[in-house]
Amino acid sequence: MKFERRLLTRERGAGVLEKLWQIPWLFVLLLCAVAAVGYVALYSAGGGSPEPYAGRHAIRFGFGVVLMLSIALIDVRLIARFAWVGYVGALGLLVLVAMHGNVGKGAQRWIDLGPLQLQPSELMKIMLVVALASWFHKASWERIGNPLFLIPPLIAILIPAALIFKQPNLGTALITLMIGGAVFFAAGVRFWKFALLIGGVAVAAPIAYDQLHDYQRARITTFLDPESDPLGAGYNIIQSQIALGSGGFWGKGFLQGTQGHLNFLPEKQTDFIFTMLAEEFGLVGALTVLALLAWVIAFGFLVALRSRHQFGRLLAVGLATNYFLYVFVNIAMVTGSIPVGGVPLPLISHGGSAMLTTMLGFGLLLSAHVHRDAEMAAAQEGP
Amino acid sequence: MSRKQREEERVRGIFSRRALMLGVGQMGLLAFLAHQLHRLQVDEGERFATLAEENRLSARLLAPPRGRVLDRQGRIIAGNQLNWRALLVAEQTADVAATLETFSRIVPLTEQERGRIEREVRRRRRFVPVVVREFLAWEEMARIELNAPDLPGISVDVGTTRIYPEGEHLAHMVGYVAPPAERDMDGDPLLELPGIRVGRAGIERHHDIALRGRAGAVQLEVNAVGRVIRELDRREGVQGQDVQLSVDAELQKSLRGKIEEGTSVVLMDARNGEVLAMATQPSFDPNVFNSGVSAAQWRQWTSNRATPLINRATNGLYAPGSTFKMVVALAALEARVVTPGERVTCPGHMDLGDSRFHCWHRPGHGGMDMRTALKLSCDVYFYEMAKRVGMDRIAAMSRRFGLGVPLDIELPGTRAGLVPTRDWRLAQGKPWALGDTVVHGIGQGFYQLTPLALATMTARLATGRAVQPHLTRTIGGRPVRGGRPDDWPSLGIPERDLRLMREAMWAVVNEAGGTARTSRLPTEVGAQMAGKTGTTQVRRVTREQRERGFRVEQLPREWRPHALFVGYAPHDNPIFSVSVVVEHGTSGSGAAAPLARDVLVEAFQRLRPGAGGLRMAEAVRTPPEPPRSAGSPRP
Repeated sequence: MKFERRLLTRERGAGVLEKLWQIPWLFVLLLCAVAAVGYVALYSAGGGSPEPYAGRHAIRFGFGVVLMLSIALIDVRLIARFAWVGYVGALGLLVLVAMHGNVGKGAQRWIDLGPLQLQPSELMKIMLVVALASWFHKASWERIGNPLFLIPPLIAILIPAALIFKQPNLGTALITLMIGGAVFFAAGVRFWKFALLIGGVAVAAPIAYDQLHDYQRARITTFLDPESDPLGAGYNIIQSQIALGSGGFWGKGFLQGTQGHLNFLPEKQTDFIFTMLAEEFGLVGALTVLALLAWVIAFGFLVALRSRHQFGRLLAVGLATNYFLYVFVNIAMVTGSIPVGGVPLPLISHGGSAMLTTMLGFGLLLSAHVHRDAEMAAAQEGP
Repeated sequence: MSRKQREEERVRGIFSRRALMLGVGQMGLLAFLAHQLHRLQVDEGERFATLAEENRLSARLLAPPRGRVLDRQGRIIAGNQLNWRALLVAEQTADVAATLETFSRIVPLTEQERGRIEREVRRRRRFVPVVVREFLAWEEMARIELNAPDLPGISVDVGTTRIYPEGEHLAHMVGYVAPPAERDMDGDPLLELPGIRVGRAGIERHHDIALRGRAGAVQLEVNAVGRVIRELDRREGVQGQDVQLSVDAELQKSLRGKIEEGTSVVLMDARNGEVLAMATQPSFDPNVFNSGVSAAQWRQWTSNRATPLINRATNGLYAPGSTFKMVVALAALEARVVTPGERVTCPGHMDLGDSRFHCWHRPGHGGMDMRTALKLSCDVYFYEMAKRVGMDRIAAMSRRFGLGVPLDIELPGTRAGLVPTRDWRLAQGKPWALGDTVVHGIGQGFYQLTPLALATMTARLATGRAVQPHLTRTIGGRPVRGGRPDDWPSLGIPERDLRLMREAMWAVVNEAGGTARTSRLPTEVGAQMAGKTGTTQVRRVTREQRERGFRVEQLPREWRPHALFVGYAPHDNPIFSVSVVVEHGTSGSGAAAPLARDVLVEAFQRLRPGAGGLRMAEAVRTPPEPPRSAGSPRP
């Protein structure tokens, strides 16, 4: 412990410049490129104007970059030490929003912070990853094999997931579960335990369906047959598919998307921003954006593989998975591959909450990268 | 290598494998998305491109033709007619007001119409067309088509509109249709269609679901000015079912020609309760509701004292007068407070405490048995019967005859009427005196009965069965229950008692001295009528008037008594039952009975029951499943 603290002090003294040098600037550039894509899309969504979306998007991204770089300079061990503080803080916000949050679209999700509306569930996912990474960091192979050892982190996943589900926000609750699962998996939890859990879920699913709100059930049923209700809930999915499909290979051209500009696309500046891009820039544009996003995710895994401590590895995998799930769920939703879930595409779609929490996550990822060689208390022997 | 390092290596190895699996899995899923995009944008790109062509995928519902309403001979009472209309789709125009402005330069729109259109545009979803103008003339249509480029969002299509060929003659039965109001929206997407109508009254309302059918849907490809280029997909709707009624439209029309304002005639098939005609004056033209009723027209209807919108046969409330006496007699017989042969002496009045109750025949009838009392309509006899049997037993008997209870007729809003009881009076905070009972023995007092209920009473007297009046014979070609006598249970009144009533009613018309002797059927009809007259005062006759030698003809018309008659024929094998109410007709035997005779003569002529002209419905085949929209089930 003493040694650790000494090391910390020394490195803090040694390093802001050194650390800045260590930051992977190519990745930062990549994020800028993604945000620029977002700017273009929002410019189009605003009817060919930086107002009301694109301009604010750029400013938010600027703040986000500063936030990300500041966090990147924080020692990863400090992050590990305060992991559970962050977790409890985020959980507190989640409870707060459950009691006092603003109702948006019939669900309690937001906390109003003046210029910014915070969606605690977004923050929660990041803090959950940090907390789980710190829990498994010190665990030896034997301890991970011990089911009792897995119970506390399991509870740490289920509490926020349940709170988010109750908001009600089924999509984000499922994503939270999946992120937790990814960290468990990467930490080395045995396959059969996952099988057991998935089996359990399969049994519980009909019961859960009972608990769903009508609009959530409607999503599932219209997903199964969108044409059954062409003027109702299936309308969004059908219009999104039409927009995508009509974009064709080369697209209709910048600002030329009829579906988007004639308001056939619902919420085109948030959940359906990718549709807007794909309509105007075609398959070429869509795949390019997809490739950029895949690169961002792949970078997370790269950081994980290069880290010399388990905390950094798990943190990187968890955060990469978090962003992957945004990307996958959003695009799968707009292509009609999974039920509509109100999941944004961070860095591209309009919205401050997702943008800032995502940049916060990338800050943590960069910190893990900058401090990949840090000496951390290593895995311990079994109990 | 230390043990610690080995442990670390092991954890790291496991992690690397797992991270690789996760990473590859995620990239695989992204590749799946790429595949989905390829499928949508390249494989199906062209299909979606046409769909999106200038944003113009439009899914439209197809209105199925509304089912027709037919009379018993298959004549159309309510049908459909082609109707060219101009529609506006709000989302296809940048400025609704500007489009309407241009439109009204071609086909003038009133301020009122414009207000309605703008209200509907706000209320409905933006892709749902709103009717701008209906019943376009050919040249108006041509001018709109010609100016289509200047009229974004406007299109012309052909729809159907409801038409009632018989106009006011059957209005009270068939009802009418009107555009659905907010409260009619029951989730049926059909109701969102422009120009759709829902039943608002009568059969149109009662059988609305069956008549309405189910919406089809069509996906249309339309170009920039809203013109349909082609149809991409079509799902046919289900046509509304035809409803056949038991009325005879020609008979109804002819009967209405015979009656004056304030008169109602109900003609039923006594055997099964089918209503054959229900003629009232005045009436209204249901076709007017189709295009919207003007304020002036509405004022004229509602301020008219003769209330043309109200169906007197089902909603007019009258005291039954002497037509009620059979019910009092049956109640007395059932309670065994009298025998048919017992004689009650009529001195022309009956004294009860300080009050004197007069018989209509001032000199008095002398000794009366039940048959003679009915035939001559002696009031004193029935004062005595009522006094003996009591109001509650009279009320109980009347309910068995369908009086003062809701009837199953398919006309929404039909009044149940009222037969008073002691409890009913006590609930009003008033005591029930013996004098009240006496007055109610001759059908006067608090009674409120409809002509339909009186016809039902008569049918039940004639057949001994608890027939319910009804109008529906078939829905979608399937017979409805209630068409055969066996569908109705027995009243449970001894045949001996009923036979006495029928005989007395026969004597009323066919014996010397009977109150309706002058109204017997002509011999060429080949049948005899049985019946009962009734005259009900609308104002009390004062002693002063009586002493001055009161003559009813001197009264202003609206103070004269109502004239009533109930009857059935042929008396030995009842087929028709009839009730007639002539408001302020002065006397049942003078005004109502002759009209009933004419009604029956005409019914025999037109329906020819002897020659198989009045067939009853065949037995109801049990359908494999209950029809979706059958009328209320009948006992």
